[in-house]
Amino acid sequence: MDVMERQVDVRSDVDAPAALPEAWAGFAPGRWQTEIDLRGFIQRNYTPYEGDYSFLAGPTQRTTDLWAKIADLLKVERENGGLLDADTSLVSTITSHDAGYIDRPNEKIFGLQTDKPLKRAIMPFGGIRTVKQSLESYGLTLDPVTEKVFTEYRRTHNDGVFDAYTDEMRRARRSGIITGLPDAYGRGRIIGDYRRVALYGIARLIEQKREEHRSLDRGQIDEETLRLRWEVGKQIHALEDLRTMAAKYGFDIDRPAATAQEAAQWLYFGYLAAVKDQNGAAMSLGRVSTFLDIYFERDLRAGVLTETDAQELVDDLVIKLRLVRFLRTPDYNELFSGDPTWVTECIGGMGIDGRPLVTRTSFRFLHTLKNLGPAPEPNLTVLWSEKLPQAFKDFCSHMSIETSSIQYENDDLMRPYWGDDYGIACCVSAMRIGKQMQFFGARANLAKALLYAINGGRDEKSGEQISAPFAPITSEVLDFDEVVSRFDVMMDWLARTYVNALNVIHYMHDKYCYEKIEMALHDRDILRTMACGIAGLSVVADSLSAIKYAKVRTIRDERGLAVDFEVEGDYPTYGNNDDRADDLAVWAVKHFMEKLRLHPTYRDAMTTQSVLTITSNVVYGKKTGNTPDGRKAGEPFAPGANPMHGRDTKGALASMASVAKLPYEHSQDGISYTFSIVPKALGRSEGDRITNLSNLLDGYFGQDGHHINVNVFDRETLLDAMDHPEEYPQLTIRVSGYAVNFIKLTREQQLDVIRRTFHSTTSGQA
Amino acid sequence: MSVMTGATIEALLPDGQQGYLHSVDTGGTVDGPGIRYVVFTSGCPLRCQYCHNPDCMKQKNGKLTETRSIIDDIASIAPMLRRGGGVTISGGEPLVQPAFVAALLTGCRALGLHTALDTSGFLGAKASDALLSLVDLVLLDIKSFRPETYHNVTGVDVAPTLAFAKRLAALGKPAWVRYVLVPGLTDDLDEIAELADFVAGLGNVERIELLPFHKMGEYKWEALGMPYRLKDTQPPTPELEAAVRGVFEARGLNVV
Repeated sequence: MDVMERQVDVRSDVDAPAALPEAWAGFAPGRWQTEIDLRGFIQRNYTPYEGDYSFLAGPTQRTTDLWAKIADLLKVERENGGLLDADTSLVSTITSHDAGYIDRPNEKIFGLQTDKPLKRAIMPFGGIRTVKQSLESYGLTLDPVTEKVFTEYRRTHNDGVFDAYTDEMRRARRSGIITGLPDAYGRGRIIGDYRRVALYGIARLIEQKREEHRSLDRGQIDEETLRLRWEVGKQIHALEDLRTMAAKYGFDIDRPAATAQEAAQWLYFGYLAAVKDQNGAAMSLGRVSTFLDIYFERDLRAGVLTETDAQELVDDLVIKLRLVRFLRTPDYNELFSGDPTWVTECIGGMGIDGRPLVTRTSFRFLHTLKNLGPAPEPNLTVLWSEKLPQAFKDFCSHMSIETSSIQYENDDLMRPYWGDDYGIACCVSAMRIGKQMQFFGARANLAKALLYAINGGRDEKSGEQISAPFAPITSEVLDFDEVVSRFDVMMDWLARTYVNALNVIHYMHDKYCYEKIEMALHDRDILRTMACGIAGLSVVADSLSAIKYAKVRTIRDERGLAVDFEVEGDYPTYGNNDDRADDLAVWAVKHFMEKLRLHPTYRDAMTTQSVLTITSNVVYGKKTGNTPDGRKAGEPFAPGANPMHGRDTKGALASMASVAKLPYEHSQDGISYTFSIVPKALGRSEGDRITNLSNLLDGYFGQDGHHINVNVFDRETLLDAMDHPEEYPQLTIRVSGYAVNFIKLTREQQLDVIRRTFHSTTSGQA
Repeated sequence: MSVMTGATIEALLPDGQQGYLHSVDTGGTVDGPGIRYVVFTSGCPLRCQYCHNPDCMKQKNGKLTETRSIIDDIASIAPMLRRGGGVTISGGEPLVQPAFVAALLTGCRALGLHTALDTSGFLGAKASDALLSLVDLVLLDIKSFRPETYHNVTGVDVAPTLAFAKRLAALGKPAWVRYVLVPGLTDDLDEIAELADFVAGLGNVERIELLPFHKMGEYKWEALGMPYRLKDTQPPTPELEAAVRGVFEARGLNVV
């Protein structure tokens, strides 16, 4: 905890160059030995694998038994309404809890967030009210002393934000034109480079941070330097705490990991410290499989590890990652349904030198979906390149068809931006690992902004004036040019209010809820992005298209607000590879991004945006009135960058081609597309389905598509799962950027998923 | 891939500059190899009892469409169709509009795309050798083998289809034969054996696609106000499917 600051120990003990650690024996030398340089280590030491999956080992009895224990606990958790157990007084820190086990003699990788599996910790630094409400929603009571400490003596991030919010920000938040802001919970979307713990050991990492601390003592100490000194100081404490935490499990992680098992364990300890310290919206893992593979290969070569052992370690690590839990409110669950944690792990991709970053351990991670059955976490993300080995592509396609648990992102598109050692935070946010973080900014509702443009900044539901007032459109039939010019004014206001609100939020988050252990596993100087986002893109594109190509009449209520629209005639819709509509979507993305870029950001963060809704497309829809495309008030938006349900009528490639037109350059925080297809529509035989899916992915990414969730199942399966959830405990589906257990979704969201476009086949029997 | 210019297209399409189009599916995987752009033309002389696109039977249910606009649309996603896929002209019966089909095929060829023609063969005589030279693969639907069964299923004669099959064989044109298995209608194993003998003798058939009857088109019959005669028919049992498959396989045919 930061409450009682310890003194930063900055003694120098770098007198003589130490001998190389024994743990590094057999590794190819390089700059990585003298500098913190994970990429360099990987590039010099990894073994690309171009073969197929036939080497993989199934689960051992131990794994199966351990997973069965977890499955039982998961069942009880579900039956209890989503929560097995939670702390009510002990505040979670890296060292707050004693060691916790599932079944100690049968575990390979150790460490739980609390003393028991699935027991949730409380992390009030983001906001005590959220903790209190979360506990109460499950019939638990927050300990009065803990509450008093975080109310009277210690302010939280949430308090800070609301002290500083302007009236305008509050109005925008209340009306839902900006929603999901991380102002009452941890922002997340920061990836610690957990591999550093394994490769260097804690002692070396602390020494590095001490050096950074000393480096910030030159010349004038201005506010920025002071803040950084303070932060690095906290990072050092966090690393010391991490060492203490590991010691509770009987491990000395001061030294580098010497074996495959230790590497996985050390790395996991780093991650575990992060999820004990932060209840972040997304707590991603990074890109660990190929790093770990170097250790696996070394032990396999030395004959001290078998394939079965290697798979067992990966299976066990993945079991631990599947157990990560955070205490969250029902409100939060409405936005981000299914209790996601976004333990995103990136697999594959290509190196800058042209070698695939695919290793045997890339296969082993994907293989956990078979050994343990499908699951939403960890959020397995394949970095796709046309140049990936075909056997790996086909294995991914095979696993997607079997489990619907994988998302794909375009490595050929991202590599020029982020190099070849980036990871994905949350769903689609790329960042160089250990060198970059983001200020997570949720999203603005562009569909609502379009209605505000028509109604002079008044909310179509409440009638309240939300933006600064400006002249509404008064004509009966909407004129395209007039709407666009008002929309432009509205976007100006929205972009300014939005970026300002994010500046407030991230200033306070740094101050009250700083991610000390995650940032301890970063370089001193990093790139920060201000990750804005938009929702309702397809509603905007189709609405503008209707106004432009058909005739849209406004229907006004007694307040003079346009509350409904009558569309006369046909108009092209986004999702059919028709430039007339698609260009409007491209315009909206680019235009809003240009507006966002105009505003100064906290810590000079680089502004980006995403087209991503997660599951909040349902909530956004609820909060938005009738729109000019004919969508009725309350109806869900399409998720992410998807075309509206049922309006992409020309089949899969046309839908993909439309989405792929959205410019990544103006949406560098990612463009999410969820693709659902029935198995039969992928081909007649299993072999055809695999080949076709691999080719579809090549084709979509070849057109510069950024991200795709692949779901392969029949609608009937989902309908049956709604009626008989008990029979589908592991039914996993991809939504927008992450996967969920289908049966954990609210009924509304389940229906939303079922209503979406399922690419099916109409031919074959003509 | 650059979209072809108007002038190039005009030069390629002396005839068939427009035709009746029912719809397109840009992500078809069951009408030929790979991922395909499937063009469904409208109009068909057959009245198959199990037709699952009865809305394609009448030509005027389609929309008169410029060939060039279809080719432009294909061109815009051509890179996605070059990965083992291509374009399939289906329907309806494409050969109701041979000039339109030839023009479409010419455009696809110019884009370097694999082409497939999905036909019942009833109008095979309307497909010139020149047209067929633009086709890489024919998906030939042989609805049944004996004249009386064929007539019962489709309302027309089988002879033109069988003649077309022989012509394709003589041209050495690769073909996949499709057979819809409907219990009580096309499930006579002796008749299937006769068909299998015939197909095995052709020499150009790479694949038999055995398509189990399904009722996914039933709602369309209702919507069109047309009587659907197979209301009470069930999809074939796995045992029946296996038996039929065995008949084809026994003659060395590759059944998918």
